[in-house]
Amino acid sequence: MAAAAIGVLDTSHLNGGQKLAVKYYTVAIVLFVAQVLFGILAGLQFLYPDFLYGVLDFNVNRMVHINAMVVWMLMGFIGSVYWLLEDEAGTPVVGLKLGEIIFYVLTGAVAVVVLVYLFVQVGPGNDMTRWFINEGREYIEAPRWADIGIVVAVLTFFFNVVATVMKGRATGITGVLIADLLALFGLYLAGMFYTTNVSIDQYWWWWVIHLWVEATWEVLVGVIMAWALMTVLGTRRVVVQTWLYIEVALMFGSGILGLGHHYFWIGTPDYWFWIGGFFSALEPIPLVAMVVHAVYDSGAHKMRNSNHPTLGWVIAHAFGNFFGAGVWGFMHTLPQVNLYTHGTQWTTSHGHLAFFGAYATINIAMFYVAAQKLRGNVWMGAGIAGAWRWKWALFLLNAGMLTMTVALLASGYEQSFIERAIEGATWSGYFAGQSHPWFVQGMQWRMWGGWVMLLGLALLLWDLFTIGAGETRKAYSPSEDEAARTAA
Amino acid sequence: MSAAPWWASENAWKKIAIWVTGLSLVVLIFLTFDSMQQITAGGKRVPDYSVINQRIDYRFDDVRKYQVPVIGPEAPLFGKKVSAEEAEALVAHGKKTFQGRNCINCHTILGNGAYYAPDLTKAWLDPAWGAEAARESLMIEFLKNPDQNARTFGTGRKMAHLRVTDEEAKALVAYLKWVSSIDTNGFPYNFKTIQQGG
Ligand code: HEC
Ligand code: HEM
Ligand code: HEM
Ligand SMILES: [Fe+2]
Repeated sequence: MAAAAIGVLDTSHLNGGQKLAVKYYTVAIVLFVAQVLFGILAGLQFLYPDFLYGVLDFNVNRMVHINAMVVWMLMGFIGSVYWLLEDEAGTPVVGLKLGEIIFYVLTGAVAVVVLVYLFVQVGPGNDMTRWFINEGREYIEAPRWADIGIVVAVLTFFFNVVATVMKGRATGITGVLIADLLALFGLYLAGMFYTTNVSIDQYWWWWVIHLWVEATWEVLVGVIMAWALMTVLGTRRVVVQTWLYIEVALMFGSGILGLGHHYFWIGTPDYWFWIGGFFSALEPIPLVAMVVHAVYDSGAHKMRNSNHPTLGWVIAHAFGNFFGAGVWGFMHTLPQVNLYTHGTQWTTSHGHLAFFGAYATINIAMFYVAAQKLRGNVWMGAGIAGAWRWKWALFLLNAGMLTMTVALLASGYEQSFIERAIEGATWSGYFAGQSHPWFVQGMQWRMWGGWVMLLGLALLLWDLFTIGAGETRKAYSPSEDEAARTAA
Repeated sequence: MSAAPWWASENAWKKIAIWVTGLSLVVLIFLTFDSMQQITAGGKRVPDYSVINQRIDYRFDDVRKYQVPVIGPEAPLFGKKVSAEEAEALVAHGKKTFQGRNCINCHTILGNGAYYAPDLTKAWLDPAWGAEAARESLMIEFLKNPDQNARTFGTGRKMAHLRVTDEEAKALVAYLKWVSSIDTNGFPYNFKTIQQGG
């Protein structure tokens, strides 16, 4: 097979798993764009409530917004696992054809689900609605038929991973990966049943949501980070694997019982005040450790790396995760505070910075890894043509998100004080908060942040498709550099 | 290269990770069994569905220092006392309607959901319904035609018209009445309730 020239976009530069990864990344990017567009529609409805009223009501826009997010992030993760699998296991992906078929099945299913959300929207209060239209539970709205499809797809993916590792080489990274994927997918089952009892419903719903984002997803991105630091910076395997185990210990040690911070007010007993408050307060510790790890390693390698945009987004990930999840999460995690902030724009502020900072960033970092390899491992260091694009995309997306977060925080404080503390969360109390000028100003500033993000996203897309075009230098290689320096 | 100290050893951290995870899981599973027992409908924290036959209030408790649900004398929903099975079927229909109409992506309930509309945990007790006697019919009317019965308190933010049927509206009211009886450890705090029982 003749390899294409450096700088030319061509999948012949990639191994089998990486080709499939690029397909996953492509769908992920499409859904990312959809997420932002529907977020903007929902955000506008706070300011102009008649906008699309009766056509695309707020609940529809919001559902598409957050579902597109969950799916694009998971597709990005699956792509990243396919991306690194062959390198890590030292053997081609086993059962790749099947993985390929499943990719198309999954993508088709997602398209059908979204079309039904948009054109059917809601259904009567019976079991058929839950099976074929909408389950009506936040984040996991996908109807039951799709749930089952997802489980089948995910089992195939899991088979690809396990079979490949068993045939090839087992490493610390793949060991953690397999255990974590098993937990991640197993947890999805906790959301696949109906109960009339809303307390029991929410109890298990949080197993999916919390134990995903504050335990299994964190460890999954830990795996991806470990691999990225090895390849982009050249950090030694023993270093990243030791860090990975430390992160698993700290993340699971705090995050599993930290689940209790969602059990303060849903009917569950009050011992969760202590358990949830205490363990969730420890959750920022592993996130600090991750920042230390990324920053220390970058320094130890004097910032010499093979892919500047990727390293930029890896650092954005480390800080975004720490601030969005660690700091913003900690601020409202004690029951003494959460009593007033629970379910306000405060929560939205945290949710946005955490999901973006922890999970959008690392996916974007991997998109750049793919962009580099798709052009034959092209140079992506200093002096590439049009470098302003990736720098401005990085800046605008992060600045837009920060603007949104701070605006929502201001609205959230105002809502907590007026609606909650003073008015006591009645119907009229709710609107006393919502109509206060300080609340409305926060909603306006959130939109400015959103527009800036949209601009940054457009730039990001343009950059991903063009970066490295016409470049003829080969990428800097940390390992060759290391060898040359020790020889000298 | 000399051997790394234990705290920098890959193997030691691997073992620590496994133990910490295992222990946390054991504790979580134990607490889950206990919590499930305490929140099964019919217990003290989450009353049986037939509680819709009674008056429900939300009053300050001097020991716990926040409001707790108080189950009062008989006050059947829609003036008709129902059996335990009928109550459960009615509330279940309400819950399924709540899910099928995607209420959760505008409202919160028990504080979880979306923030475009009021929390519904104590909607049954909301003073905005006015008089106790008018409450049931006002709620049904509102749920069926939220655009024509909009209040919005000057914001113009109306609830979507979801084509809720008569049966579904009744079921939703039953569901919301039952939800208001759940002991939520004082959430929402400082809620002002509708005047009940003259
Ligand atoms: C598109 C968003 C949206 C959806 C979907 C929605 N609501 Fe509402 N709801 C609102 C808004 C906004 C208000 C305030 C309306 C007003 O003041 O006129 C409201 C008000 C209410 C109220 C009165 C408020 C209170 O505190 O007692 C109840 C009860 C209610 N909704 C129940 C429901 C139920 C049940 C569903 C699902 C069948 C639902 N809503 C779906 C937006 C929504
Ligand atoms: C990357 C990791 C994290 C992500 C993506 C994330 C995301 C979210 C989201 C989206 C919600 C709202 C859920 C809903 O819709 O009801 C939420 C709620 C919450 N999060 Fe996080 N979170 C993360 C980590 C953390 C951490 C580390 C803490 C604590 C230290 C924390 C504390 C909380 C609390 C207390 C709530 C409940 C808010 C409420 O009462 O309304 N989160 N989180
Ligand atoms: C670009 C502009 C964006 C706008 C205008 C926007 C707007 C919104 C709005 C209006 C909501 C509903 C909040 C509510 O119920 O009151 C929402 C929810 C949410 N959005 Fe966005 N969004 C944007 C981008 C993003 C991005 C990039 C992410 C993550 C990567 C994200 C993650 C979320 C999450 C997790 C929720 C649920 C929050 C919760 O329940 O607390 N959004 N968004
Ligand atoms: Fe959580």
